[in-house]
Amino acid sequence: MLKDITLGQYFPGDTVAHRLDPRTKILLVTFYIIALFCAKGAVSYGLLALTLAVCVRISRVGLHALVRGLKPVLFIILFTGILNLFFTPGERYLVEWGVLRISDTGLRNAIFMVIRIMLLIMGTFLMTYTTSPISLTDGLERLLNGLKKIHVPVHELAMMMSIALRFIPTLIEETDKIMSAQKARGADFESGGLVQKARALIPVLVPLFISAFRRADELATAMECRCYHGGEGRTKLHVLHYAARDWAALALGAAILVGVLALRPLGL
Amino acid sequence: MTRGGETLEPILQIQHLTHTYSAGTPFQRSAVEDMSFDVYDGEFLGIIGHTGSGKSTLIQHLNGLLRPTSGRVLLHGKDIWAEPKKIRSVRFQVGLVFQYPEYQLFEETVYKDIAFGPTNQGKTGEELDRCVREAARLVGIRDDQLDRSPFELSGGQKRRVALAGVMAMEPQVLVLDEPTAGLDPAGRENLMANIRDYHRNKRRTIILVSHSMDEIAQNVDRILVLKSAHVLMSGTPAEVFARADELLTAGLDVPQVTRIAMRMREKGLPINPAVYTVQALERELLALRKGGAAC
Ligand SMILES: Nc1ncnc2c1ncn2[C@@H]1O[C@H](COP(=O)(O)OP(=O)(O)OP(=O)(O)O)[C@@H](O)[C@H]1O
Ligand SMILES: [Mg+2]
Repeated sequence: MLKDITLGQYFPGDTVAHRLDPRTKILLVTFYIIALFCAKGAVSYGLLALTLAVCVRISRVGLHALVRGLKPVLFIILFTGILNLFFTPGERYLVEWGVLRISDTGLRNAIFMVIRIMLLIMGTFLMTYTTSPISLTDGLERLLNGLKKIHVPVHELAMMMSIALRFIPTLIEETDKIMSAQKARGADFESGGLVQKARALIPVLVPLFISAFRRADELATAMECRCYHGGEGRTKLHVLHYAARDWAALALGAAILVGVLALRPLGL
Repeated sequence: MTRGGETLEPILQIQHLTHTYSAGTPFQRSAVEDMSFDVYDGEFLGIIGHTGSGKSTLIQHLNGLLRPTSGRVLLHGKDIWAEPKKIRSVRFQVGLVFQYPEYQLFEETVYKDIAFGPTNQGKTGEELDRCVREAARLVGIRDDQLDRSPFELSGGQKRRVALAGVMAMEPQVLVLDEPTAGLDPAGRENLMANIRDYHRNKRRTIILVSHSMDEIAQNVDRILVLKSAHVLMSGTPAEVFARADELLTAGLDVPQVTRIAMRMREKGLPINPAVYTVQALERELLALRKGGAAC
């Protein structure tokens, strides 16, 4: 269960998808999300699904791992789908069953909405699977560099994000370990009502918070020992450079986005 | 198995146990592969193996924290997963103390923390009080420490509290994952003495996981040696250390005394290679001197 939360997990590899500049990948995912929200008809969705399939193929991240990432949000997907299915008014009703009515537009919307969310999540996960958290925040920091002019603390935000990303797996692992240790003492996390379940979490949360604070403290000390004093004048070990493959990938991504936008007025 | 005339019954039976982590992802790996062995009632079993050999994974199967990918774990001859709903009762019968258990403390006082397990068992009133105090005494926690916050104690004391928290459930099998890791030599010996006392007085089964051959050699009745997810050998300390060469080629340690004996043999002294205690080595050397004088 906890292990199914894969957000921020990185599968190391050495494919084109892994070697692309993180900025390129962030931009590509942005293109992809815009395209998803502009897509109107089956042709566009087909094109976008095909794009994802090709990217998955190139990255050699198993489809299995991507689908596993969908599991925690399955409920949200189903919920959105069902809402759309029953509560979209339309011209023709396919099924009428008391207050529950399924219109043709409702059915269409539900299917597209579910596909859209699934593609969106899988596309984003593909990026986090093929990009290490460190280079991801590096890329984000560089992309948002311009905002420094209007006093947005870009470096601090990026640093916070990379630390948070770095510690998500650690904290999940730790939660698992503490839960196991308390289960070994007979703690019961499954049965009982909501209140009882919440109370059962106390033996997990207290040690978890204590260890999170300890880690934060140790990390702060370690950073200070290495003279960290913010982003001012800080140089990078890995300086990001766009390569030919980045331009190629961006051009392809832009082409697909333009394609979807062009299909939009046609309703395809 | 028999020892000293009495026949020992197997209390736990591990049959063809395999566990694969992250099956179906690029990180897939088997931490335990086709392990089979029995644990006898009342014995003190030591498990030893390299870092990453699967010790912690193995013992988490004994109380049903992990479910086997394949294979079975029998407690009193019954598959512990026969009724998954009743797995909690297995956890009360097989008490497991994790590696670095001091991080699991959460209550306001030491007393309450030790009482967590027995309370989950449904113990109340005088029985609960007896279990808590007895467990605290077994690990050397003084009465005046029971009302303190566990977070005010030293690392070693926290470890003892965590240990008492499992002992207080009075499990039939007590499984300890490296209980002395990270303690100073005096603290180690002290804690091991507590555990030995517990075993001697209660006659309950103990499974001790350790990195230290010396610690294992001095305490256990039987040793199980693991190597890269498999059982490499098992037997009494004498049997296992008689194969010291194999242990060394497998990259494992042997007790210091055994190493000295091996060195002496290399130098041509006819010494029994299976000695692993100072006393045994002394006897061997004395016998040798007498033998030598006779020539
Ligand atoms: N939760 C987990 N998820 C994935 N792999 C794991 C997990 N826990 C352990 N492993 C892997 O299983 C193997 C065995 O680990 P295990 O913790 O059982 O070793 P160990 O013998 O207890 O080592 P140590 O002496 O360091 O405690 C290791 O290679 C480890 O990387
Ligand atoms: Mg271990």
